Amino acid sequence: MSNETASEGVMVTINGMEISVQPGDLVIDAAERAGAHIPRFCYHPRMSSVGVCRQCLVDIDTGRGPGLQPSCMVPVSEGMVVDTESEGVKRVQEGILELLLINHPLDCPVCDKGGECPLQDQTLTFGPVESRFIEEKRHYEKPIAISDLVYLDRERCVLCDRCTRFAREVAGDPLIHFMQRGNQTQVLTFPDDPFNSYFSGNTVQICPVGALTAKPYRFRARPWDLSEVESTCTTCSVGCRINVQSSRGELLRYQGVDIDSVNHGWLCDKGRFGFEAVNSDERLGTPFVRSDSNPDELVGTDWNTALEAAASALKAASGSSVGVIGGARLSNENAYAWSKFARTVLSTDNVDAQLGDGLCAEMVMSLPRATIDDAATADHVLLLAPDLKEELPVLYLRLRGASQGSTKLIELAPAPTGLTRYTSAAHGYRPGEMGQALDELLGGATGDAMRSGRTVVVIGRPSLADSPGEVEAAVGVAQRLLPEATFLPALRRGNVLGALDMGLAPGVLPGRIANDGSSQAWIDTHWGSIPTERGMDTIAMLEAAASGRLHTLLLIGADPLADVPDRDLVERAFAGVAKIVAVDTFATASVKRADVVLPTTAFAESGGTTTNLEGRISTLGRMVTGPGTVRDDWTIAAELAWRLDADLGLESLPGIWAEIEAVAPSHARCSPSMLSADSEGVLVPLPVVAVPEPDEIADDDADTSEADTSEAEVDEEQAEGAAAVVEAPSVPASVSWSAPALVDPPAVDGYALRLVARRRLYDAAVHTSQASSLAALADDSTLRVHPAELGSLGVESGSRINVTTARATIVLQVTADESVPRGVASMGFNQPGISAAELIDHREPVTEIRIETR
Amino acid sequence: MAHLRGSHRKGREPVTATSIPHAPGFFASETPRVVTQRFDYEDGYTFERAMATGAYEGFKTALTRTPSEVHDEVRAATVLGRGGAGFPAGVKWGFMPPTVWPRYLVVNGDESEPGTYKDRLLMERDPHQLIEGCLIAAYATGLSQCFLYVRGEMPLAHERIAQALNDAYADGLIGKNIQGTNFSLDIILHWGAGAYVVGEETALIESLEGKRGMPRLKPPYFPAAIGLYGQPTIVNNVETLSNLPWILTNGAAAYTAIGTESSPGTRVVAVSGHVKRPGVFEIVNGTTTFRDLLYGEDYCQGIRDDNELKAFVPGGGSAPWFTPEQLDVPFEGRECSAAGSMLGSGAIMVMDETTDIPTAALSLTRFYAHESCGKCVPCREGGTWLEKILTRVVQGRGTSRDLDLLLEVGATICPGDFPHASSSDLGLDATPFPYKMTTICFVGPSAFAPIHSALTLFRGEFEDRLIDDDAAGAIGVPVAISSNPTGEEAS
Ligand SMILES: Cc1cc2nc3c(=O)[nH]c(=O)nc-3n(C[C@H](O)[C@H](O)[C@H](O)COP(=O)(O)O)c2cc1C
Ligand code: SF4
Ligand code: SF4
Ligand code: SF4
Ligand code: FES
Repeated sequence: MSNETASEGVMVTINGMEISVQPGDLVIDAAERAGAHIPRFCYHPRMSSVGVCRQCLVDIDTGRGPGLQPSCMVPVSEGMVVDTESEGVKRVQEGILELLLINHPLDCPVCDKGGECPLQDQTLTFGPVESRFIEEKRHYEKPIAISDLVYLDRERCVLCDRCTRFAREVAGDPLIHFMQRGNQTQVLTFPDDPFNSYFSGNTVQICPVGALTAKPYRFRARPWDLSEVESTCTTCSVGCRINVQSSRGELLRYQGVDIDSVNHGWLCDKGRFGFEAVNSDERLGTPFVRSDSNPDELVGTDWNTALEAAASALKAASGSSVGVIGGARLSNENAYAWSKFARTVLSTDNVDAQLGDGLCAEMVMSLPRATIDDAATADHVLLLAPDLKEELPVLYLRLRGASQGSTKLIELAPAPTGLTRYTSAAHGYRPGEMGQALDELLGGATGDAMRSGRTVVVIGRPSLADSPGEVEAAVGVAQRLLPEATFLPALRRGNVLGALDMGLAPGVLPGRIANDGSSQAWIDTHWGSIPTERGMDTIAMLEAAASGRLHTLLLIGADPLADVPDRDLVERAFAGVAKIVAVDTFATASVKRADVVLPTTAFAESGGTTTNLEGRISTLGRMVTGPGTVRDDWTIAAELAWRLDADLGLESLPGIWAEIEAVAPSHARCSPSMLSADSEGVLVPLPVVAVPEPDEIADDDADTSEADTSEAEVDEEQAEGAAAVVEAPSVPASVSWSAPALVDPPAVDGYALRLVARRRLYDAAVHTSQASSLAALADDSTLRVHPAELGSLGVESGSRINVTTARATIVLQVTADESVPRGVASMGFNQPGISAAELIDHREPVTEIRIETR
Repeated sequence: MAHLRGSHRKGREPVTATSIPHAPGFFASETPRVVTQRFDYEDGYTFERAMATGAYEGFKTALTRTPSEVHDEVRAATVLGRGGAGFPAGVKWGFMPPTVWPRYLVVNGDESEPGTYKDRLLMERDPHQLIEGCLIAAYATGLSQCFLYVRGEMPLAHERIAQALNDAYADGLIGKNIQGTNFSLDIILHWGAGAYVVGEETALIESLEGKRGMPRLKPPYFPAAIGLYGQPTIVNNVETLSNLPWILTNGAAAYTAIGTESSPGTRVVAVSGHVKRPGVFEIVNGTTTFRDLLYGEDYCQGIRDDNELKAFVPGGGSAPWFTPEQLDVPFEGRECSAAGSMLGSGAIMVMDETTDIPTAALSLTRFYAHESCGKCVPCREGGTWLEKILTRVVQGRGTSRDLDLLLEVGATICPGDFPHASSSDLGLDATPFPYKMTTICFVGPSAFAPIHSALTLFRGEFEDRLIDDDAAGAIGVPVAISSNPTGEEAS
């Protein structure tokens, strides 16, 4: 690879040094590589060059003599001679900085950016020493709020066009603009049109001065007082790389880290400002148990008492009468600990990280997985997914960006999504008819186009009001008609894919292998004997609980009342179960119903690793200590095991990872050193390496050869040689899955609307409601219906109406919305007010609703 | 019907054809006339008069030839662009990539360079000639859409072009399958919103696209390659195109027989200021000198009140100044550059001995500072700073430091030697045009040009007004504070 690039390189001379650079590189980047930093304000490597600040002018000679040119605009060419340090260049650099400073308020002492400010830093290195401007400076009201989260100080602004360019080019939310002209040019929003972008915080990070500040961080710290550690955002499963920053033991800021494979430095506002939820006063800091005297009350207690109570609740349940729900918000290590705890201590396979709102674990694991980059560079991306802008925001950014290039997005969705306007074709379908619609779509010319190029299919639950079976059948159609396609699972919770990989799904063991007997020999050597009968998923567990067949429910960071798309089922389950033990960070609706509550660490309070939706494993940073006496999940699991007369054998996070590397075949060879080597993380499973010669195997350490032999074709001789030294049983095969057949769509009820229930970015869940700056951004629940439907029913937009489903009749506000297709009603799944879960019956393939005036 | 588009400036009285006083008029000369012939008629702008005086004959001649023959004819005539840069139109057309369509013709009628009002008369008094020029250019370059961008403050031009377009459409001279050929052209009339910088071709394109009128960066946005809506685009000045009908009717050879080899044909100039007869004149390119123009009987007839000439701006407000020593420079691009300035937009502003030079410089600098679009730092910040310093000096509150500061701030906008005229009095040799610049377009340098000329040629007039540092402090003018902590001289 490196030889190849060298031969294709362009030779340029930079400050007298001849170097080879990539054709197409900009001079400003080439110079950086040659060790010459050129000052800049407007240039940003992830956005188009605009060449407006003129700070990067250097002497460039392409054969016609040196001339000052903006190095951020000029690509290198063969034989080019660049001088970034000539007298002329220095004069201009100094002159431009002087001009930038003349009207600058220089309120550095109270400026958030002070200490990490490119204007300060570049003035120190390249600027003038004297201020010759004696006129009155330009004044503006300072600062003004341009959104609920971002403040703008126009006096500090250097008009670099970064924020405005980001809004227009990257986010697709062109809500901030240059206004006025000349010396009065300023960045502004239009009146009544604030900068309400899910990505607004990025502008604060890329602003080269302190003109844009974020409400959650304003005046909170000086940069030199911040400690930081690199980590990965686990608010959703995109897994954006971040720097977690704190001061005096308090989280104060997350900054995006630019990695090529995932987030390019960008974050969504929910992720960026999520530290507020970690800091929330409402965090659980001490264990609780249900009061003996007053069963309506949870009383604070010590760990010993709480753990004893939890252990006895679990002891009272035998393997099939205990259920473990949750784990998708934990690190891989913590998820592994609970997975091992459930199988080896509770002797149950009733484990599920998903809450009836996800996809079949075996399906997700067995489909050929795509990466985000695969999708962003594919010829076609087929979207069979929820609204990615709302659920996986930075994936939305990447796909939106791809759509501006040569990637075509094709969407099949029951109602428009944030990506619809960027698709080359958006197809609707009536809820319940996804498979049929897809069959038709892929059978035609669209399918031919997709088959002829590289296609990535993004799969998820387009609506939580439909049964997951519909998606599974549709995936079957996609597999059949797009045999070469790869798949990107659009599952939302931060480490849901890691949790599934750790075996937090019925019938699945760590490393994407099946718990159906086929893996028995393998797992026995690591865990001892475990039940091999397939357990229940969350819905089945809740049904069992409702009918009195479960004694104890263990909730690990799970809030079924909020998240399971069938509120009635959860209510009946909670009523039918004898004991609920909840391990959580907040007193959610479900936690309040528990008999024992064990407080646990939240993001940045523990280390370990996480896995994003691509299967990319990256490290989590520990920055602060949790409130009160919170403990890590794995220590809680280990404690409970001990009280249940068992030993999980887990002693530290690195120790757990080592065990995962050995036990989980998909994670073999993913060593801690690989993980810490690169911010990009490690995609598992790692590619199979060539099978070593038998005598080499003998010298090699055991786990390497295990992984190799599992995948590679080994001839008999080698197999014998390997068997002679490796005593471990052969590595079990990965789980398999076969798609269910398409079923006939449910008959259409002409008097009913079909519900589309999708999550919004800001909703009633703790990540929003506990973050003080974000809480107010969640819209109240409303039912969105096409105005023509409302007209025919004589219902007015904004009025409160009766909504009747098979489950219940509920009073809801209704809003006319032209973007909602006829025959459909759309609703945020978990907005403040009424949850869509109250309308949904999980047994029905679709949710039919009738609306009438009250 | 002509397609009318455009914007009116908000919150102002609507501009109507009669609400703006007329600039000085046109004066005919004895020398050859190419583009002002129809000016001899009061009603030269009407369809009837135009048709009676040979309008569209050049275009009809063009239709009898192939487009490339027409292109060759224009190339042979060496029609230098009259918008300011003086680039030959025929050569510029050839820069469009040969296989990319659609492509557009954009007519630059945003004339706003200080002192310039010749395109205005060409639009007001002979709109059919301009339309015919568009037809010829479009035919030669194989394009079928033309945008005619008229400055917002020129309602009469707008009105008459609109009428002329309607008449030409009605007569089948514009539209589909013109004159039964397979050549079609639509001309869309666009009314600007009044910003000087929009005369710059890429800003004009942005404005046409409905965006803020700010210049684009060249590279990569050379209009011929990436212009309007990202397509190949020719931008030509009104006068440039107005030459084409005559050339097609009379042939390139007849055109190059006028003027000199490097500057053939005629050019229309607008003279303002302290002359006896300010106005618009058609002069012979290449041979007519500034002396001919300012003192000739056919033209300006001398300085008002027979005063002494002090200085003049030879090519629009952006151009470095000349003094009487340069009166014999002819209207020829290279000679003018060598003498330290440019022919620019064909506007000559004359200052006699009574002129207060610092005030004259300030009035030009103020214009350019005010017209900065704000896109790039040196112009946005530097232009206004120059204006502030100069204002202080003009008002008698400046110190000697300020004169140096003016030149130093200017050097950030235009590093290196700035062009200026020679002066035997001052023992100065000329520094030839052009200059280097750190800005995106010429507006920033234009704010500095008058200051540089005035300070170089008339420094004494500035020094007369200075006060010393102590006096400055006494009247409350703050004195700059050095932030150099060591007190060392900055290197
Ligand atoms: C700041 C600025 C203002 C300009 N204003 C005008 C103008 O008002 N009219 C014009 O024709 N050209 C103007 N130009 C020149 C145009 O950019 C362009 O060169 C010209 O329209 C090309 O036409 P031509 O080749 O026929 O001269 C201006 C250029 C600059 C940099
Ligand atoms: S607010 Fe910041 S990012 Fe935006 S233009 Fe001003 S300096 Fe640039
Ligand atoms: S997109 Fe997801 S991972 Fe990225 S910042 Fe937002 S919540 Fe965090
Ligand atoms: S030089 Fe002035 S007018 Fe031209 S782009 Fe820069 S700021 Fe705008
Ligand atoms: S960084 Fe190149 S012009 Fe701003």
